[in-house]
Amino acid sequence: MTPPVKGDGMRGLSVFISDIRNCKSREAEVKRINKELANIRTKFKGDKTLDGYQKKKYVCKLLFIFLLGHDIDFGHKEAVNLLVSNKYTEKQIGYLFISVILNHESDLMRLIIQNIKNDLSSRNPIFITLALQCIANIGNKEMADAFAQDIPKLLVSGDTLDSVKQSAALCLLKLLRNSPEIMPTGEWTTRIIHLLNDQHLGVVTAACSLIDILVKRNPEEYKACVSLAVSRLSRIVTSTYTDFQDYTYYFVPAPWLSVKILRLLQNYPPPDDPSIKSRLNECLDTILQKAQEALKSKKLQHSNAKNAVLFEAINLIIHIDSEPNLLVKACNQLGQFLSHKDTNLRYLALESMCLLATSEFSHDAVKKHQETVINALKTERDISVRQRAVDLLYAMCDRTNAEEIVKEMLGYLETADYHIREEMVLKVAILAEKYAVDYTWYVDIMLNLIRIAGDYVSEEVWYRVIQIVVNRTDVQGYAAKTVFEALQAPACHENMVKVGGYILGEFGNLIAGDPRSSPLIQFELLHSKYHLCSPQTRCLLLSTYVKFINLFNEIKPQIQHVLKQENNLKSSDVEIQQRSVEYLQLSMIADADVLATVLEEMPSFPERESSILSSILQKKKPPSDLANQQQKEEKVEKVEKTVMNGQNYETGPKIQTVNNNNQIDLIGLNATPPSNKTQTVLTSTTPVKSDQEALLDIFGGPVPVVAATVPPVQANLDSLFSDTFGVPTQRIASPVQEIPQFIPILSIQDNHIQFVFKNADILFENESIKILSKCEYKQNLARLSLTFMNKSNFVYQNFSVQPILGNDSIRVLPRPLDSNVLQSQSQLIQILNCECVNDFSQLPQVLVQFSCNGTQSRFELNLPIFLNKFFDPAQMDSQTFFSRWKNLGNPGQEQQKIFKANYPIDKDRNSQILVSFGWSSLSGIDPNPENFCGAGIIYTSTQQYGCLYRLEPNRQAQMYRLTIRSNKESISKRLIELLDNQF
Amino acid sequence: MISLLLLFNTQTKIRLQKWYISYSEREKKKMIREIMTSILAKRLPSCNFVEHNDKKVVYQRYANLFFCIVIDRNDNELLALEIIQRYVEILDQYFKNVCELDIIFNFEKAHFVWDELVVGGEVQESSRSEVVRAVLDQDDLQNFEIENFS
Repeated sequence: MTPPVKGDGMRGLSVFISDIRNCKSREAEVKRINKELANIRTKFKGDKTLDGYQKKKYVCKLLFIFLLGHDIDFGHKEAVNLLVSNKYTEKQIGYLFISVILNHESDLMRLIIQNIKNDLSSRNPIFITLALQCIANIGNKEMADAFAQDIPKLLVSGDTLDSVKQSAALCLLKLLRNSPEIMPTGEWTTRIIHLLNDQHLGVVTAACSLIDILVKRNPEEYKACVSLAVSRLSRIVTSTYTDFQDYTYYFVPAPWLSVKILRLLQNYPPPDDPSIKSRLNECLDTILQKAQEALKSKKLQHSNAKNAVLFEAINLIIHIDSEPNLLVKACNQLGQFLSHKDTNLRYLALESMCLLATSEFSHDAVKKHQETVINALKTERDISVRQRAVDLLYAMCDRTNAEEIVKEMLGYLETADYHIREEMVLKVAILAEKYAVDYTWYVDIMLNLIRIAGDYVSEEVWYRVIQIVVNRTDVQGYAAKTVFEALQAPACHENMVKVGGYILGEFGNLIAGDPRSSPLIQFELLHSKYHLCSPQTRCLLLSTYVKFINLFNEIKPQIQHVLKQENNLKSSDVEIQQRSVEYLQLSMIADADVLATVLEEMPSFPERESSILSSILQKKKPPSDLANQQQKEEKVEKVEKTVMNGQNYETGPKIQTVNNNNQIDLIGLNATPPSNKTQTVLTSTTPVKSDQEALLDIFGGPVPVVAATVPPVQANLDSLFSDTFGVPTQRIASPVQEIPQFIPILSIQDNHIQFVFKNADILFENESIKILSKCEYKQNLARLSLTFMNKSNFVYQNFSVQPILGNDSIRVLPRPLDSNVLQSQSQLIQILNCECVNDFSQLPQVLVQFSCNGTQSRFELNLPIFLNKFFDPAQMDSQTFFSRWKNLGNPGQEQQKIFKANYPIDKDRNSQILVSFGWSSLSGIDPNPENFCGAGIIYTSTQQYGCLYRLEPNRQAQMYRLTIRSNKESISKRLIELLDNQF
Repeated sequence: MISLLLLFNTQTKIRLQKWYISYSEREKKKMIREIMTSILAKRLPSCNFVEHNDKKVVYQRYANLFFCIVIDRNDNELLALEIIQRYVEILDQYFKNVCELDIIFNFEKAHFVWDELVVGGEVQESSRSEVVRAVLDQDDLQNFEIENFS
């Protein structure tokens, strides 16, 4: 068939294209092309008499070959030669070749620029246009330098043809994109802005794009464009479709220009001038109203063009964000689109609503459509639309609807498209954390998330789960129980094993009382997954096992057996091997107290910005340099930034990852070469006893003869403890600004109530010092270690910690400090041995003093030691309990308090609080199964006190009655005080 | 801003490509492949927009030919769709019932028509009659040159 060819029809080219099309195979095509390339090469090389037409034909063939996907490495010079021709068609092909094939760094660039210069100064407007289009296509730095002067002149000159002006405007725009420094200012500003008033709508359209980028570069300089743009817009909006002849597109007057103006105005805040402002609002209102009018044509083009303007108007309304009336109208309009039959409109409506949801004026209006959006998530057939629905649900989520939205998103995850799962997982994780009121809900959601989409749960997500569980005492027991149940599934995701391993290792003891989750069962359950896991997870599990040895001594043999197995002890993975060896040694040689010290419960993680959040923010951020785009995104970010425990993340430096070094190194044995550490522990098991330090001796801990004479051991141990704390010795994010002068600390606000239930946490922190406390108890004795971290850039001298006398009930004996100088960005550890002589309610105190730059800091510090810490839980049967209960019936021995529930009444939670308080939580004792009772013994140096309690919840009234009986009135009173407000 | 105009048929043969952002040839090929895959993967009826990294692809199918343009995320999608429509209308008027073959054999003309509509990635002229007139002027000039020079 003869192909239809326009114009002069380069016959040879048509034949060649036909040949290629007739090729039956790829090989045949390549062969034909190579033949042609060889032919063209000889022609270009040998034949000096090639005329313009032939050159044009061959260049065109090369172009065709290139567009088929083959590389072209010659012919560039011939193409550039075509530019010299005075024939339009040859010039045109030359320019086309250059625009399509040449890259920016061509060595022919100078030649090209020279030719463009010639054409620009030509009297033939059609040559000028060609040259301008070429600049607009390539627009590199060299061209910017060469033409920065000429083009603005061309643009505003009265002699220039309209079509040339259009090209010149876009040409200048392109040059500005790559070379911002050629920004026209001064006299040019007004003249360029006035192009908005040009008679020719094509010129206005092109100029509008140019002004948009100029405004982005220098909004102040081009501010005058606002009023011109508004009046231009107003004239279009109020016109009829016959006013603009061919610029009316399917009955919509100048849609391209309208949209460009609406976008231009999004660069500025709402106009200050009230008359311009009201004119603009009228325009926007008219556009919204027109959307309600009947369509003038059934053609899709008509409604598309009309809605294009409408959506851009809504974008501007959202940008202005101060006209509640318009915002709500816009939202209603989008609401209608949500159930429109045109998929494109549903998509765009969901997208725009995302922005509306971030405005305080329209957030509630958006929420009205929640059901429709959820429905879209379930029923839309197009994945792009479903994705928009996910985004919108995320944006519209707040405290009132979080539970439902998270539920729906989780449900959708089961069937979600693979490539959006990871983002969805992050979104669910963020929402669950942000809106968790009840942290058991959070735990449930997160474990479900791992169950449903384990593969897409990134490390930062499961780290975060662990951080939250570690930091929240009230949820630990529940988390242990839930994760234990989740692990019972026949197939569970490795991420579940990781979370499960960590949580049981830390809090498995909280559920060990239940025979269904006894220590051995917990261990066997975890170990049944072991062989299916990656080395990284195995390492984590090994750490869990060694923690089990500490928590449940009774299963030590089983665990040692596993550690001894060849595949561990002689594992080809060096980390597994090392851990097996070290943990095995630790379990064999170290005694229970050393083990307990090394494997102490993890302290709270410092509150930081969730790394999940940073990762989603990164995803959102486009690499584009367009300011407008960023503006749009910023709005979304602003909302997101307020996520996560609220405050000041906006100002603070962003910390990207949360706990890098906690990945595998869960008990912190990895901070220095591990072999040394094991030795440290080993040597310390043969202590030389010192009479003076008998107190310490009871812990069987490492006792150097005199601390000062064997500093290495001490130092190593300290670092061991501090590693266990997870406290980095050097702050990674060092403060950017130096504090010019050190402000002495004279008193501190310390609230230690969290220590009633836990033994390690941050005691105090401000910008210059951070104090961590960690404490171990044994009957009437306590060993407290205070870590002082100097966060400033100053050295603290004469550092001392002294007990404040006066509290006879509790004796505090400090160990000498390693040094009395606390260097900048480093730490000192003060060990204090304490003895409970008598029951007490006043916290023991120490005086901390140091000097810095000549100013003296001196403050009192309450030690987080509470009476209940000296508890030992007591187990007993119902009969014993009630007979003792009766015996303690004297006045004063019983203390009672009736109070309103602070939290939803939850059996597991209550039981866990009671257990972490230190006494037992006995089941099956009280005739009413709702009630709790239990017992404990408080040890003091002088006497032991038995204490009994009953906690009776009343679900109807949401009240509790707590009764405590002990053989000393002051003890009963104090215990009631300590438990106040905890249920 | 438009960063790419791409025409390909249902057999994934590329018929036209015009870039407004400079990428390496490798990047270009990768991007085209990804765009074609995601568009062909769509089931009908669906929406005409696909996200692609930080860009958006707006496409429309005419017979066996897909017309797509790649725009920035916050560009107006519906108007992008209509610039495709306008382009097709102009091609149709110019070639008198345009078909894929016209675009294959007159690929340079297809480029020239587009270049009147869009310059440097921005819409230069939205009026159909203006564009058609400009292209016909070019043809007149071409015929004039043939008559007088050859």
